[in-house]
Amino acid sequence: MDPEVSAVRLTVWEAVHILSSSEDGGRIFCTLGSLKRYLGETENSALPEEQEEFARIHFSTFLRCLVGKLSPDWLELLPDGQMEELWASFFLEGPADQAFLVLMESIEGAASPSFRLMKMARLLARFLSVGRMAAVMEGQCQQQAGPAFPLLQETLLTKVVGLPDLLGNRLQWENLATFFPQNYFPLLGEEVLRVLQVVVDSLRGGLDCSVSFLSQVLGKACVHGRQKEVLGVLVPRLTVLTQGSCLWQRVCWCLVERVPDWAMEAVLKGFVEAAPGPEVLSRLLGNLVTKSKKAQFVMTRKLLFLQYSCTMPMLQSLLGYLAMDSQRRSLLMQALKELLETWGSSSAIRHVPLVQQCYVSKAILICLAHLGEAELRDSQDELLASLMEGVKSRLDSSLPPVRRLGMIVAEVASARIHPEGPPLKFQYEEDELTREMLALAMPQPTADGPSEAGPSFAPVSGETPDRETVDRSGPQVGPEGSDSELDSDDEFVPYDMSVDREQRSSKAPSYVRGCLEALTGSKDWERWEAALRALEGLIFRSPAATQEVSVELAKVLLHLEEKTAVAGFEGLRQRTLVAVTVTDPARVAEYLTAQFYALNYSLRQRMDILDVLTLAAQELSRPGRLGKAPQRGSPDPGSQPGGAVVPAWRAVVEERVRRKTRWFSKGSVGRAPAVGPNEFNSVAGYFFFPLLQHFDRPLVTFDLLGGDQLVLGRLAHTLGALMYLAVNTTVAVPMGKALLEFVWALRFHGDARGREGPRRGLQAAGSEGTTASGEAPRQAPPALLSLAPDPREACPAGRVRAGGQHVGWRCSWYSLECLQLSEDSASGPRVLPAMDWDRDVASEAWAPGRLLSPVPPCSLQTAELGPLGLGAS
Amino acid sequence: MAAPPLPPPDPQFVLRGAQSAVHALHFCEGAQGQGRPLLLSGSLRGLVHIWSLQTRRVVATLDGHGGQCVTWLQTLPQGPQLLSQGRDLKLCVWDLAEGRNAIVDSVLLESMGFCRGSVLAGGLQRWMLAVPGRGSDEVQILEMPSKTSVCSLKPEAQARPGMPMCLQLWQADSSPRPLLLAGYEDGSVALWDVSSRKVCSRVACHTEPVMGLDFDSQEARGVSGSAEKTLAVWSLDEQQALQVRGTHVLTNPGIADIKIRPDRRILATAGWDHCVRVFHWRTMKPLAVLAFHSATVHCVAFAADGLLATGSGDQRISVWSLYPCT
Repeated sequence: MDPEVSAVRLTVWEAVHILSSSEDGGRIFCTLGSLKRYLGETENSALPEEQEEFARIHFSTFLRCLVGKLSPDWLELLPDGQMEELWASFFLEGPADQAFLVLMESIEGAASPSFRLMKMARLLARFLSVGRMAAVMEGQCQQQAGPAFPLLQETLLTKVVGLPDLLGNRLQWENLATFFPQNYFPLLGEEVLRVLQVVVDSLRGGLDCSVSFLSQVLGKACVHGRQKEVLGVLVPRLTVLTQGSCLWQRVCWCLVERVPDWAMEAVLKGFVEAAPGPEVLSRLLGNLVTKSKKAQFVMTRKLLFLQYSCTMPMLQSLLGYLAMDSQRRSLLMQALKELLETWGSSSAIRHVPLVQQCYVSKAILICLAHLGEAELRDSQDELLASLMEGVKSRLDSSLPPVRRLGMIVAEVASARIHPEGPPLKFQYEEDELTREMLALAMPQPTADGPSEAGPSFAPVSGETPDRETVDRSGPQVGPEGSDSELDSDDEFVPYDMSVDREQRSSKAPSYVRGCLEALTGSKDWERWEAALRALEGLIFRSPAATQEVSVELAKVLLHLEEKTAVAGFEGLRQRTLVAVTVTDPARVAEYLTAQFYALNYSLRQRMDILDVLTLAAQELSRPGRLGKAPQRGSPDPGSQPGGAVVPAWRAVVEERVRRKTRWFSKGSVGRAPAVGPNEFNSVAGYFFFPLLQHFDRPLVTFDLLGGDQLVLGRLAHTLGALMYLAVNTTVAVPMGKALLEFVWALRFHGDARGREGPRRGLQAAGSEGTTASGEAPRQAPPALLSLAPDPREACPAGRVRAGGQHVGWRCSWYSLECLQLSEDSASGPRVLPAMDWDRDVASEAWAPGRLLSPVPPCSLQTAELGPLGLGAS
Repeated sequence: MAAPPLPPPDPQFVLRGAQSAVHALHFCEGAQGQGRPLLLSGSLRGLVHIWSLQTRRVVATLDGHGGQCVTWLQTLPQGPQLLSQGRDLKLCVWDLAEGRNAIVDSVLLESMGFCRGSVLAGGLQRWMLAVPGRGSDEVQILEMPSKTSVCSLKPEAQARPGMPMCLQLWQADSSPRPLLLAGYEDGSVALWDVSSRKVCSRVACHTEPVMGLDFDSQEARGVSGSAEKTLAVWSLDEQQALQVRGTHVLTNPGIADIKIRPDRRILATAGWDHCVRVFHWRTMKPLAVLAFHSATVHCVAFAADGLLATGSGDQRISVWSLYPCT
């Protein structure tokens, strides 16, 4: 045995002995001082071999012994905290990794709460604050001492990253602020940076280093969900450091490459999030995606297809990063192809949430903005094929947002992919989403100065003066601007000027027949428009005259085309048609329902017919309709200047009366609901049954069960509404039966709206069964029962999984729901508000049987259908 | 910005009882020293009603135009004297002092047009009156009360501006020379120097006849409205040259009358579209659209205290209090 080695062992053994037995402060102090020689800080330090021997073998034993001695009495053996200072110096100056491990170990082992625990925690905080954590990690990077022991590294890694959790668990309420994750991880980031600096320096000095421990620390911290804290510190600094230095860049690339596969996703996502732009990302990651399979998977598949939580700047950075290097560009092209394929897949359109569809669409637009024309031309055919398929299936969808996405992407993509072809142009409403998407399609300005220069706050400060100048120049743009600065009259607040609209000439006919003539024969467009505007009022004023020409009137109105740009034409026509139908329900309804299945009508007209029937039925069944003038839903302000003024005036007066009135009783203040016979009773059959007659007989131009599912959904909805409005009428029971038969025929329909409609119908039917007169509850449940198969039979797992076609299953649940409804109300009286169809349809809140429903209501479709499904599509 | 605009204002009160369309309005400071002024209105049937704004009733009715429309009313500062111009080609001078209502004098007019006259009452007993003259494009200047024809302002032969449609006499503070602003049938506005009988300047403001104009002599800026959809703001520079400063497009065509409030802060237009529009005078920012009347608004008038009266073909006079004077 070497003499030095045995000497060191002897000294340590002696010291441990003295520590454990002696109570003499001076002696202990001397012993500790003698051991301190081995740490090599003092002037008469020990030989290097001795130091190494001490650090390698005896240091942790000795530290454990020190920890064991820690007690208030022992520390007070010497005055002024000299003992504590000396004690702590061993931890702070000795080999950092061992000291750290012993510290963590003793904190884990100490009783909680205790003096020792707190002392150790404070010491650990001090350890961190003097930057010893960097030393811990640095020790793992310097590899000249031979390959590190993997188990030790693993333990260190766990302790370094798990420190906040461990301390939090041990100290509970006593925890120190340093150990809070929000404080610790930024500190860790700083320390990593310091180690990187050391690594760079030693590389410059020609020494080999490894950053794999740092990569592991980074990876583990990111996996723990601390990307924001760690990378929030690292990335801005690295951005600056890598700007001019190839060495830094290489170290940085190395750092990311060495991240273990299990942490790659977390780290990359953090980088994408923290990097201010594609240039920075490209500088920090290098060609990582081409080197690491996992990174490639994360960047080109996971963040694009499987997740859709990235913000738009992140997505821009990500795709911009792919586009910045020729090696990565092929990946971008590949990504675009796959994106388009996903975007176009009809199954994805049906099953993927709308948010994700939107995400994919945006990614496509960004890809297109990055790719050059030549690249696009190379795979033009492939791209066009998947695009066109996608456009087709999207335009076929019954959901307006899906259709709109299809239109926007089709417009932009076809212009880029196939620039020589005729440009596609769709009509869609401009809104925030549209504008955002079109802005994404614009190519990004390349390499802007501020984001290159430094941390992300630089562009913000650069922007502020701009905004100020804009603000300042604001008031000066007006032609009279120079005056207005001196003007003290700015407090003149304008009144509402919405009444200021164009005056119309008064050419309107005064009789219904006059209107009919003007609408059919007139070439005078002003007169035509005036007649259209006046017609509704005339119909209400002279019902007898209307009844003479009601069917002709309905025919003219149904075929009316918007020949001039009349504001609110659709609404006007619809209201007028409703007025005609209400005035002469039997004949007009008969005519309209017959036309619904006639040959030469557009889908729009057929849907108009349905809407008109619903609205007219609603109007007819409104209680107290006979007494009062018909209420118009929202009077078109342009149509009748006088008519629009009166309600406002009345509201003002009523409000004043209400304010000045004191009520002594607490009873209901409002007027009692109007009561009267349901006028819809006698004519409900005219509205309802003809609509059910031909739905399964396709015409050349109209195939209800085939492609025209939009109308089918609307039809089911209308039937449900009619059913509901016929509540408490004698015809309700046969109506309910017919409706159930209709619904049963639709239960396997492929379109969501086609399935949703029957549900409405059944809900209405169910509520009908409950509220109709005496014998109805006994009749309706058997009808429902016969339709509702045993859910266990109807829902074999295989079929449900087969193609997402759980329609039959769903349908039977609906039936059961209705049954539940009937039973509920058979057992106790249930008050159904007479005219709440609108609200019910909108909120879907009224089915007590919801408890039974296994499928959450598809709120998107409901919201889109809206009250009575007007205005949709 | 987020605050919703004020709801459209309501009239302070409405005077009914003119029993025919109201074509002329004029506020007259209470002769009896009452707090509130009187309002004079001239109707289509030739009657002049004097309304008390306190009781909101007709105080007196003057019938001097033989059932023909009264187009212009104006009081003179010296003594309670009233000028009324009618379509019977008469301009009557009424004495309203001490409750009297008698015609003391009348001037026979020679033009059948709708042009309203204008007075310049600078001095004591003598005042100047501008009325459309004998020739279709002439303006006649009379010295009152002597009814002496001072001159006849006739445009140059090649100008062909058509009939004068509205007149305004005024006098700059700096110079004693009376000036006349006249809006013509061809849409131009001309500035006449009455003493030298010369057109100082003429500018085409509109493409349709000028129906009304008002001039702010302190700022040397005026506004005119015509049968078309625009208001024109023009100004007068030191060289007595008119320049169009800007135009303001309205929703509906046709302005029957236009007045700037005496404190020169807002102006009101009487529209053929039944609406009265209120603008900020300096910036021409639209402030309000008063859609109270159900027929063409024929005239607007401001009182010294800022009250606005509008008279319309629906036989009503509405009185508004907007943006109080400071």
